[in-house]
Amino acid sequence: MIESLNPLLASAVAAAIPLILAALGELVAERSGVLNLGLEGMMLIGALAAFVAVAHGGGLVGAVLAAMLAGALIALVFGFVTLTLQANQVAAGLSLTILGTGITAFLGRQYVGFRAPASFVELPIPYLSEIPLLGPSLFSMNLLGYATLVLLAATAWVLYRTRAGLALRCIGESPTVARSLGLPVIPVRYAAVAFGGAMAGLAGCYYAVAQFKMWQEGLTSGNGWIALALVVFATWRPLRVGLGALLFGGVSALGLYLQAINVHVSVFALSSLPYLATIVVLVFISSDQNAIRRNAPASLGKAFHADS
Amino acid sequence: MNSATHKRTDSVPLIALHNIRKQYPAVLAVDDVSLSVKAGEIHAVLGENGAGKSTLMKIIYGAVRPDAGRVEWNGQLVNIASPGEARELGIAMVFQHFALFDSITVAENISLALPGKFDLKALAARITEVSQRYGLPLNPLRPVHELSVGERQRVEIVRCLLQSPKLLIMDEPTSVLTPQAVDQLFETLRILAAEGTAIVYISHKLDEIRRLCHRATILRGGRYIGEVDPAAETERRLAELMIGRDFPETQHHAVVAGGITLETMALSVPGDGPFGTALNRVTLRLHSGQILGIAGISGNGQAELLAALTGEFLVDDAQSIWLNGIPIGRMGASARRRLGMVYVPEERLGRGAVPPMTLTQNALLTGYRQGMVQRGLVNAVAVAAYAADCIREYDVRCGGTESPAQSLSGGNLQKYIVGRELRQSPKVMIVAQPTWGVDVAASALIRQQIIDQAAAGVAVLVVSEDLGEILEVCNQVAVIAGGRLSPVRDVSATNAQEIGGWMAGRFPTGDAVLMAHAA
Repeated sequence: MIESLNPLLASAVAAAIPLILAALGELVAERSGVLNLGLEGMMLIGALAAFVAVAHGGGLVGAVLAAMLAGALIALVFGFVTLTLQANQVAAGLSLTILGTGITAFLGRQYVGFRAPASFVELPIPYLSEIPLLGPSLFSMNLLGYATLVLLAATAWVLYRTRAGLALRCIGESPTVARSLGLPVIPVRYAAVAFGGAMAGLAGCYYAVAQFKMWQEGLTSGNGWIALALVVFATWRPLRVGLGALLFGGVSALGLYLQAINVHVSVFALSSLPYLATIVVLVFISSDQNAIRRNAPASLGKAFHADS
Repeated sequence: MNSATHKRTDSVPLIALHNIRKQYPAVLAVDDVSLSVKAGEIHAVLGENGAGKSTLMKIIYGAVRPDAGRVEWNGQLVNIASPGEARELGIAMVFQHFALFDSITVAENISLALPGKFDLKALAARITEVSQRYGLPLNPLRPVHELSVGERQRVEIVRCLLQSPKLLIMDEPTSVLTPQAVDQLFETLRILAAEGTAIVYISHKLDEIRRLCHRATILRGGRYIGEVDPAAETERRLAELMIGRDFPETQHHAVVAGGITLETMALSVPGDGPFGTALNRVTLRLHSGQILGIAGISGNGQAELLAALTGEFLVDDAQSIWLNGIPIGRMGASARRRLGMVYVPEERLGRGAVPPMTLTQNALLTGYRQGMVQRGLVNAVAVAAYAADCIREYDVRCGGTESPAQSLSGGNLQKYIVGRELRQSPKVMIVAQPTWGVDVAASALIRQQIIDQAAAGVAVLVVSEDLGEILEVCNQVAVIAGGRLSPVRDVSATNAQEIGGWMAGRFPTGDAVLMAHAA
């Protein structure tokens, strides 16, 4: 009986991985005070870059590098617009999503319909993968999946155990105070935004060369928005991002699982489940305003300029 | 005391500013000002709001760059381009608005300002050591949002001390301290000066400057006026040098207390947000013609009390707040204003006035019942006349009725807001921090207005952190600490020492008052 849950858990974890990647990057950017709503756009750009890299023989390493570089570059453009030119972050972020969606649909037309010549394959860890339930899900992932867990731990460690992480959180709380202490507000925000872009790119890479192993328009199917919601759900704490992603991944997987065991529910109802779950969970989280105020970066989304 | 630490009188000053000039788009903030401070000297910088003190300090600290003039450090010409460079030279600053992050611990806050290895355990030990040596007790592991304002200031000072500064700048350090804490701070500063640290001390409190400082540089309207030995001058003389004319003395009137106007009965209110303080059975009575001052260090329930009284927060029990015999606990702010309540909040920009809107538009915000709106339409002529009257009667220095609120200095905006509220013929006036950050002359005018209103029969509640102000303006005083209200005393029957002790939370509980009321 327990074995019948294996596919459900495995696909929950598989769906959670890219969400964790994208949400972690966004979390770091938001912790520094920058709200980047362009997550979906950056993920699509990363996905296309990764697919183009493997399609032209760049291999998996090439795909990862191309995706992260493309994500970081487009994020830096966003950074220039919002940090240097001080444009409104919400408007700039939305534009970035629209730009990413449009430009990847246009540039990616010639790649539609081909299979990725190389892709990440599952690498079960000997012995650990024999553990019931956890074995076939957590210990039978592909390389990107394991890397995601390492990145999750590393991000939490940097944010809470290093001076750089402390400085980043403080810049998100009050850039004015940070500047009066001599912390480099704008450079740190640029770095955080670029990190967010690279991680979103990596999430896109996961969709293109690990999960779907192909390119098509709108490949990320709105998961960027779920990752954004996930950051709020996690009240800006990295480890809770991991838990939240598993929950959302589980809901997505549940739809496929129900179909597989012949429970007849409308396909459309099932595919709307993750989004419904997002709304329910956000309402639930928002009912505790104190938890949000304690952890939310106080100057999130506000432009900062030093007086001189 | 004053001459004891002048060790190197003939030597080169530690820092010397020559002919500094800084022009902002609308105002010439600093015009040809010079200042020099020697090692071991406590040097006051005196001036009204807008005299250029803050700009001058920001120039020393590298946060603002001067348009003209020279800065010399130990006789060497230097260019201090950022706070980081100032820190490398050995300049540290205690900010008026604390430069602390609420969500992290004391040690983490301090670590951000110190170079070297990131080791919070070792740092915590150093913090404890330094804080004991200078008599500034601190727990390095507590998050800052749990600390009182006095403790936060200790964090700022300890942070500066750990940088072993050669020059320490203190901007209005005592505005939020109890009298006992001020004495302790002065002791620390004297030890530092005796060890050779130069201290630049900015304050509006002339008695403190006379007690503490060796020399004082006086600025007025961005210009250098002179340098004096503050201990050799009277407070009155110092004030006149600052404002450049005779200083008006507060005129008191005989108090004729009338009936109860505003009353709370065992008012309990939950804390506002995770860092708020819940009100615990606050009972107070405000009579017409009387000024009741509520002293206390901020964060002890003042925000919650003001929100409950003014209707920004509706309490559960309508009958826990009464205004002229009407229970108002469930009424909104607008309904309470209709009953004759006016309110001057602590935050001038954002709550007392909308920053980017003009003074005329801001007059409409609370004054719209004064014939400014007819059949739902705004009468622009009446609004402009109202704004112009406020500006004239309350001596508001501004660019006219169409200036945006944010373009006014703190003192002038406060005069405008007080004028806007008082012209509505109130029955009850609630004022929070009436002269916080307001200079001597404007403070005197605002305080006089409050006193005159009470004499005309208005009941006034003043909530202030400035004990000196409460003792000067009010007839009665109570203290709020930890969300509880102390017994009420006549100002003539108490003193700063007693009230200062109460501010630290040591007072008999107010239940006796409550029992008497119930009986």
